[in-house]
Amino acid sequence: MTPLLHVDNISKRFYGFVALDGVDLMVRPGERLGLIGPNGSGKSTLVNCICGTLQNESGSVRFDGHALDGLAAHQRTHRGVARTFQLPRPFHSMNLVDNLRVPLLYTVHARMGPLRSTGDLDSRCLELLEMVGLAAKAKQMPRDLTQVEMRKLELARAVAAEPKLLIADESMAGLSNSEIDDILVLLVRLNERGITIILIEHIMSAVMRFSQRLAVLVSGKKVADGKPEDVVRDPEVVRAYLGQ
Amino acid sequence: MAKFSLITVAVAAVVMAFAHWVHVDYLYFASYTILQFIVLATAWNILGGYCGYVNFGSAAFFAMGAYASVFMHKFYPLPVPLLIVLGGAVSGIAGLGMGYLTLRLRGSFFAIATLALAVVLQTLVVNWDYVGGSRGAYIIRPEELEFAGLKINYIEYLFGLMLLLAVIALVTARTIERSQLGFGFATIRDDELAAEASGVPTLKVKLIATTLSGAFMGMAGAPFPYYIGYLQPSSAFGLEYAVNSIAMPMIGGTTSWIGPLVGAVLLGSAQQYATVTISSAVNLLIVGLMLVGFVIIAPNGLVGLVQERIRAWRRP
Repeated sequence: MTPLLHVDNISKRFYGFVALDGVDLMVRPGERLGLIGPNGSGKSTLVNCICGTLQNESGSVRFDGHALDGLAAHQRTHRGVARTFQLPRPFHSMNLVDNLRVPLLYTVHARMGPLRSTGDLDSRCLELLEMVGLAAKAKQMPRDLTQVEMRKLELARAVAAEPKLLIADESMAGLSNSEIDDILVLLVRLNERGITIILIEHIMSAVMRFSQRLAVLVSGKKVADGKPEDVVRDPEVVRAYLGQ
Repeated sequence: MAKFSLITVAVAAVVMAFAHWVHVDYLYFASYTILQFIVLATAWNILGGYCGYVNFGSAAFFAMGAYASVFMHKFYPLPVPLLIVLGGAVSGIAGLGMGYLTLRLRGSFFAIATLALAVVLQTLVVNWDYVGGSRGAYIIRPEELEFAGLKINYIEYLFGLMLLLAVIALVTARTIERSQLGFGFATIRDDELAAEASGVPTLKVKLIATTLSGAFMGMAGAPFPYYIGYLQPSSAFGLEYAVNSIAMPMIGGTTSWIGPLVGAVLLGSAQQYATVTISSAVNLLIVGLMLVGFVIIAPNGLVGLVQERIRAWRRP
């Protein structure tokens, strides 16, 4: 099967610091991929290069059969790549419904033409809020939300863009166990609806439960890629996490 | 939108009829200035309030509109409505250019860049003899205008045009607020990275804002030489335009179309009153004091203050 996402030998450096060093990554349609690595190993840089927040210096990113290189972040969102941010970045002057309205207006409309009337838009926003369990707070502002609700809003906004690929960048950091379960259930449900998901996470129990495949980044290089059980036993991965 | 336009036009018609009934030249003069500030404040707010990009160079866009008129007056005199369109085009293009050059800058860096633009343009105009250079340019305004057999007092005519421009500016601002573009503007104010991730083409949206904002400022400036009769660089590029364009939306409230309107009417009237009773030099002092006061008491402007009160009242 042709991969949905094909990251081909990409590199990114920040002045003297090499953040990504020839990383390859393939993601098949419908797959749940876990991406792990110690702090500073380049996970977020990789996400930023895939999503267009940063441009890679060499190599290429292909998505759904097309090269994404040189495209701005919003163009990649239009093509079907959506992401959440490590620290939630809601539009703080808008209530929750309006937060979700933005990707609907700008991405879904751009892709399919302005099909939806205002009423349809509203009901779609509520549907999305319902999905993440925030329907009761539809008219509230992001500042009224708890940490876990903020993560859910972040996910809902990414899903509102109707992506083919969702990249969840540390959606669970700092949450309690039951809250992590909440998010995991949500992500699996999204996956069942056909969205391919890359989960970047430090919490190993969550990653192991979620991922069908695991890729490991260490100092900007991919050191392992395969079945989760095998990868965590890989000597190089163990060395990176626990030291020698 | 249609309803809002009708209401605004109706209000404007009442204002016009009232002014015609009173028929004091001074009233036209004073109200023209206030209307001009409504347009300027609304224009500033499109970029500064909706998108969160603080423009310190409003005077430059205003002056470009004014000097486009001076240029045309010497080159090939046109009726004022056409000059307004031309001034809008010139300043709109300048806004687009400024957007391209400076929108990679944020916060105070952007503000400084716009200030620099004003200084550069003023220097250019001072050294451009054709439009009067540092000596300034005289424009002899006709006493009356013949239109369809009617004789219209020229200052009343200018007043009417500025009133119409204010209506157009307000209707545009309100329409934007409720549109897809308005949402795009607000995402830029809130978080550009998240906006891009949601699919908002931030650069394009910002350029629309700088172009629109610049165009309205230019339109406000285009009839100015006819109103004032003598235009010199230091008055067209005056500090009061830059400061008032910022202060009025700030005092009124920057998140909605009504803020700049309220701020311009309030501050503009206070300035006109001070000009006749105390001295014109006290104008900027009033602005400064009010701005300081509002930043402390009502950082979200009068509109924000009222909204807060309503919310508090509803939630006992």
